[in-house]
Amino acid sequence: MSVSELVNGVLSGKRRELARLISLIENEDPEAAEVLSRLYKNTGKAHVIGITGPPGSGKSSLVTKLTAELRKRNKTIGVVCVDPSSPFTGGALLGDRIRMQEHTLDKDVYVRSMGTRGHLGGLARATSDAVRAIDAFGKDIIFVETVGAGQAEVEIIEIAQTIIVTDVPGSGDDIQAIKAGIMEIADIFVVNKKDLPGADRKVTEINAMLDIDPIERAWRPPVLLTNGRTGEGVLEVIEKIQAHLQFLKESGLLEQKGLQRSRDELHDLMRYKLTRELYQKLEGRPEYEAAIKKIAARKEDPYTVAERLIAEFLFSESR
Amino acid sequence: MSSSKKIRVLVAKPGLDGHDRGAKIVARALRDAGMEVIYTGLRQTPEMIVRAALDEGVHCIGLSILSGAHNALFPRVMELLKEEGIDDVLVVGGGIIPEDDIPELKKAGIAAIFGPGTPLDEIIEYIKANVKL
Repeated sequence: MSVSELVNGVLSGKRRELARLISLIENEDPEAAEVLSRLYKNTGKAHVIGITGPPGSGKSSLVTKLTAELRKRNKTIGVVCVDPSSPFTGGALLGDRIRMQEHTLDKDVYVRSMGTRGHLGGLARATSDAVRAIDAFGKDIIFVETVGAGQAEVEIIEIAQTIIVTDVPGSGDDIQAIKAGIMEIADIFVVNKKDLPGADRKVTEINAMLDIDPIERAWRPPVLLTNGRTGEGVLEVIEKIQAHLQFLKESGLLEQKGLQRSRDELHDLMRYKLTRELYQKLEGRPEYEAAIKKIAARKEDPYTVAERLIAEFLFSESR
Repeated sequence: MSSSKKIRVLVAKPGLDGHDRGAKIVARALRDAGMEVIYTGLRQTPEMIVRAALDEGVHCIGLSILSGAHNALFPRVMELLKEEGIDDVLVVGGGIIPEDDIPELKKAGIAAIFGPGTPLDEIIEYIKANVKL
């Protein structure tokens, strides 16, 4: 498929073109960047909702139930679910779809599974651009389900406007709740498996953690109880998702987050391109190899050499 | 092409039997061979399988069936793929499938049938050699 075919296909709602584009993104194919750059103006419309939490805490089940409810309200849905790739073989078993079977034949739901392919932070490197592709494809709401997250997988904050952190009863004491990391990024807490003993206690612990927050926040994350199997509590989650979006809009935070996102993205892209250009100019040059040997032999230091090489190769026209 | 290109396989169980041990063993073996395996669970209709294959952009579909309905369901999967204009996906099957049925299934477009006792390496090698990346 050509770049134009992909662009037109995605914009006119063709699943096959969308699937192909996401594969190109995952494979870091240069064509993907071309397509994305032409789609960019058609993005930014979807409400991106991140779902994160420990393995087996009911993320996929929650997404399925939320999707069912939102479909009743005629919202179109995209889902990206990330599962870990093996650090040994690079292979992955992507099993989040199992719980989303009821939506498989719904033409207004698009589900894509993704392996992390060595990327840390709870997402795959391709997740952000895949979400953008689904956004251009025209889905109203896009759920991004992270890998089963421990404490530090918080990259989801860079791409989602609303973040749901799931937890289950019996997953550690109240000190776990005041640790930094994942507990800080929630806009909504969902304590799933409310039928298990200890569910209320979990809610209390999270609320107690929120009570001792020294900063007065305009949005206090609600802590909700759900049962992912029966769907109990899901309506409340949807209410809070909508309330959160409303809050983001009214407080100006949505615009602010958008600006920050663009700033970070541009910064990352420029850094990536500069680094690549520098390497292309340096690779295989005798000066570069010689400098490395001198650094290893302690005849020169890496700090000075880095400054010199950048000045010489990146900023000089003659090279 | 980038070295990060991975073989993506959908492992699916069409029909009504609940015997998924074979499918899980194959899924695990393909994972260990470095592939990305999307496992969709039990009792999939051909329509669901083809839709999942389409959305996930897979290179290969592995169908596992032990109920005896392969003569109806496998060709139906092939038909639906054709309707969607998908002609570059390798489709293989496994499970309890009598020898006599294999020629017809192959005629319908199933590339290979792996019965009980097939060494896992044979399946892995076959997929690696025959997928169109």
